[in-house]
Amino acid sequence: MSALAHDGLAMAGRQLRRVRNTPGLTVLTQLMPVNMLLFFGYVYGSALAMPGREYRSFLVPGLLVATAAGGLMTGMFQAAADTHRGVMDRFRTMPVSRAAVPLGQAFADLVVTALGTVPLLLVGLAVGWRIEGSALAAAGAVGLLLLFRFACTCAGIFLGLLTRSEDAAGQLGASSFVLPLLSNAYIPTGNLPGWLRTLAEWNPISAVTTALRKLFGNASVPGDSAWPVAHPVAGALLWSLVLTAVFLPLAVQRYAHGEG
Amino acid sequence: MNTTYAVLSEGLEKRFGAVHALRGLDLAVPQGTVCGLLGPNGAGKTTAVRLLTTLLRPDAGSARVAGHDLVREAAAVRRRIGVTGQYASVDGDLTGRQNLRLFARLHRVRGPAGRADELLEQLGLTEAADRRASTYSGGMRRRLDLAASLIRQPDVLFLDEPTTGLDPASRTRIWEAVRELQTDGTTVLLTTQYLEEADQLADHIALVDRGQVAHTGSPAELKALIGSYAEAVVAHADGLPDAAAVLDQLTGSAPVFDHERGAVGAVTTDPTLTLPRLVRELDAAGVPLLDVSLRPPTLDDVFLRLTGEPADSKELAA
Repeated sequence: MSALAHDGLAMAGRQLRRVRNTPGLTVLTQLMPVNMLLFFGYVYGSALAMPGREYRSFLVPGLLVATAAGGLMTGMFQAAADTHRGVMDRFRTMPVSRAAVPLGQAFADLVVTALGTVPLLLVGLAVGWRIEGSALAAAGAVGLLLLFRFACTCAGIFLGLLTRSEDAAGQLGASSFVLPLLSNAYIPTGNLPGWLRTLAEWNPISAVTTALRKLFGNASVPGDSAWPVAHPVAGALLWSLVLTAVFLPLAVQRYAHGEG
Repeated sequence: MNTTYAVLSEGLEKRFGAVHALRGLDLAVPQGTVCGLLGPNGAGKTTAVRLLTTLLRPDAGSARVAGHDLVREAAAVRRRIGVTGQYASVDGDLTGRQNLRLFARLHRVRGPAGRADELLEQLGLTEAADRRASTYSGGMRRRLDLAASLIRQPDVLFLDEPTTGLDPASRTRIWEAVRELQTDGTTVLLTTQYLEEADQLADHIALVDRGQVAHTGSPAELKALIGSYAEAVVAHADGLPDAAAVLDQLTGSAPVFDHERGAVGAVTTDPTLTLPRLVRELDAAGVPLLDVSLRPPTLDDVFLRLTGEPADSKELAA
């Protein structure tokens, strides 16, 4: 276990160093959700029935979760790039704890994500979003957000190890952009046609977004929703735990197994 | 005296779908020697190295590397090997120094920073130490790769085409490093497409062809198997039949004509046939000589003869 901790820390340190070495990329990644907040918040916000300020308050938790879901993309791209460029193989030929490589990457990603949400929260505050609940509930919201990010990153790492190609990972990653569009992250799902609404509400992003809205005190839970959205905190927790329980072992096994 | 083998494999097999990449690879590399793995593209060299470095699992057969079973004691093998090659690479987003410190930490080296500095110095990378590895030239990158596999002096070092695409100066530098390692007792398994490289570095060579070891021996032994090539270039085409007759008599093998160059040659395995004797005999027969040569075979010739294929298609094109 101490070998895992030692190697995992070394691996996490590697990921954090490379983030520091490529500041341009990091800034660009973090500007994305801020741009979307301004774009959606003012362009869509003025076309929706919901008043603009209210929509922007509704949007901030949605964007936080959509950004967290981006762990799927970053996890996948990073793991595919490391595989493609031979870094994974170097680690595989070294006496490195098998779980340390995926775990180190996922934990380093959490640190970056935690720091990365700060600009979005600040701009959110500037455009009218507020923490309207208790500080404890808000801390719980952040906790849920990071747990969900961890789950998405694990799934991404597994897929990245599976695809092994940076190009394929880039394509898949780009298409993962639609995942939050099929959820209640940007729009309320109440007016969607029945089957689409069911699909959107069983999207894990919807449960986590609703949980954040509830814990930040931004919006009440819509009454007649699917179970994960009707019980958002439990739903978000369960989704994150189930995704982690499935994809973390798969990622570790895939890393250890290599190409056979 | 018993020979200890740093790498000993028996009947290693590996299939990828319909491709039978290794068909029973038997390899024995005595400790402290440099073994060159040579073979045409697709012969199975890289698959062999990937198996022996624990990156792939064999479908059948067994191997011991640095005294440990490849499959059952993979972790122990990984503590004792170093790998440098086309695939096992460094992280381009980290600086040279950060890379080496990371690997030193993972190898549980005491004072990883100090070890990183030593290796940077040893491989002439101190000045570039704090630049990202992605900005390195090919030669610098390869030296960093090599440094990464030397963090803890490995018992067995695997070098997969260590100097492919490098300029002569970088190549010489890598060769020096390999020779130094051998002096320190490290066993080296080298794959290369440069026959000169195997000639320069390897104590013995294993020719790999269609997933098996086709021949083994020292570079000299393999060359002796093939013989030297005696050739005369004549001033007038009229001299060719006389030259051919002399060569035929001296070598006992059928002369080969190259009419364009006005040359005729023959293969010889006779050690008493020296260049002065060749010149004297040709001159005595009244052959109007322009040039005479007695060329030891290159490993290219060895290859062509023993496997029926050139060493590497790229090598021919270059």
